[in-house]
Amino acid sequence: MFDIFYNENFLAFIFIMLKIIGLVVPLLVIVAFLTYAERKVIASVQLRKGPNVVGPFGLLQPLADGLKLFSKETIFPTVSNKIVFLLAPMVAFSLSIAAWAVIPIADGWVISNINVGILYLFAISSLSVYGIIMAGWASNSKYAFMGALRSAAQMVSYEVSIGLVIVTVLVCVGSLNLSDIVHAQKSVWYIFPLFPMFIVFFISALAETNRAPFDLPEDESSLVGGYFTEYSSMLFAMFFLGEYAAMIMMSGMATILFLGGWLPPFDIAILNQIPGFIWFAGKTSLMLFTFLWVRATFPRFRYDQLMRIGWKVFLPFSLLWVVLTSGFLIIFDLLPSSV
Amino acid sequence: MGKIFRSFWFIILGELVSGMFLTLKYMFKKPVTINYPYEKGKLSPRFRGEHALRRYPNGEERCIACKLCEAVCPALAITIESEPRDDDSRRTTRYDIDMTKCIYCGLCEEACPVDAIVQGPNYEFAKESREELFYDKEKLLENGDRWESVLSNNIQKDKQFR
Repeated sequence: MFDIFYNENFLAFIFIMLKIIGLVVPLLVIVAFLTYAERKVIASVQLRKGPNVVGPFGLLQPLADGLKLFSKETIFPTVSNKIVFLLAPMVAFSLSIAAWAVIPIADGWVISNINVGILYLFAISSLSVYGIIMAGWASNSKYAFMGALRSAAQMVSYEVSIGLVIVTVLVCVGSLNLSDIVHAQKSVWYIFPLFPMFIVFFISALAETNRAPFDLPEDESSLVGGYFTEYSSMLFAMFFLGEYAAMIMMSGMATILFLGGWLPPFDIAILNQIPGFIWFAGKTSLMLFTFLWVRATFPRFRYDQLMRIGWKVFLPFSLLWVVLTSGFLIIFDLLPSSV
Repeated sequence: MGKIFRSFWFIILGELVSGMFLTLKYMFKKPVTINYPYEKGKLSPRFRGEHALRRYPNGEERCIACKLCEAVCPALAITIESEPRDDDSRRTTRYDIDMTKCIYCGLCEEACPVDAIVQGPNYEFAKESREELFYDKEKLLENGDRWESVLSNNIQKDKQFR
């Protein structure tokens, strides 16, 4: 009767499960401390101290926040569609976690090394708009609905320019596999030759993750809380975690596409001694810091400005760069061999 | 030349980058936070906090029931009733301040001819119920006894400007 436990597939299943837990648990801890880091960074920019009461330097603040949210009551609005209302945060949260399946944290440290990794990432980040739409619709509230509409339009618009940025990187690499993309940057990180595309990618990533200055879907002054206006307790926490996990995911994506993933800045023996995931984590943290830094610096965009930048500036600009880059690669015969 | 520079500044997103470096510079400045309740800010001698009724050094209460404060109070927070005492001096039998009505304008303090009603430096008198904020004479005199040293010091400091 214990035969199934010795089954090879079962062992593989257990192993994969362990790998997933090994990735997701640290990820959630990092998400929790990202909220802490955000509060600290913004506080110090505004000459405040930020959380400093719970634990040393306020380090236990995210735990306290989590406990608070756990102990709150989940409120369902009477007019809401209960099932979709309950499903929406789960969709948003699980999608932003699912994207991590293909991210290579170090050489070979990836749960699923699929050949179309970048497409998978792109598909998942496009899907995450569904969680928001569902939340906005199921809440049956004006603010949530407007927030969801804004969010959907914004994410779809900026995905176009992100797509073109990714195409630019792909014509340089010649592969859709994320590990291959990192390996292709052994000699030079793509941030140097493709710097304008990096900027476009970063700004689009801000819009894609609904972060300031593009946080119109959760614009307090006009929409109360945006698409999660009606949410409370753990359902709200799941949206929150999902949003921050998406932020980390976009930073990881920027690291892989432009900053050479787990590769050290110079190919020297000493730097190669440092394990890859530390380089990856360092670069991702730098990107995350920039996310927070931008939030502390810029005021919120107006909605029409946001759309204008997305469609009238970034789209033509990134399209031009796709043409320029591929033209350059063809003229100088630098196209990667595997294409 | 200015035009070329402006276009260049626009292309390198000069405004955005300089803004980001300004915030980065501010990030390393010292926070201005005062760690309330462990640290407290400095108060002016004219600070208008919780009310107090003062006494003369010999223990006699200063208030002579002239009712100027009651008349001047714009929020009608003060209620006074008075009666001649056994020694024929006029004193209040009732001196109530409704702290939920009070707007802390300081007019009662200014109107008082004998410096009896004053607003002290205490601002930490939050209570759990409305009833606790309806101060009567006893409570106000008790405040006066509690804060007398600070109150007389503040009045002394502010005297030359009055």
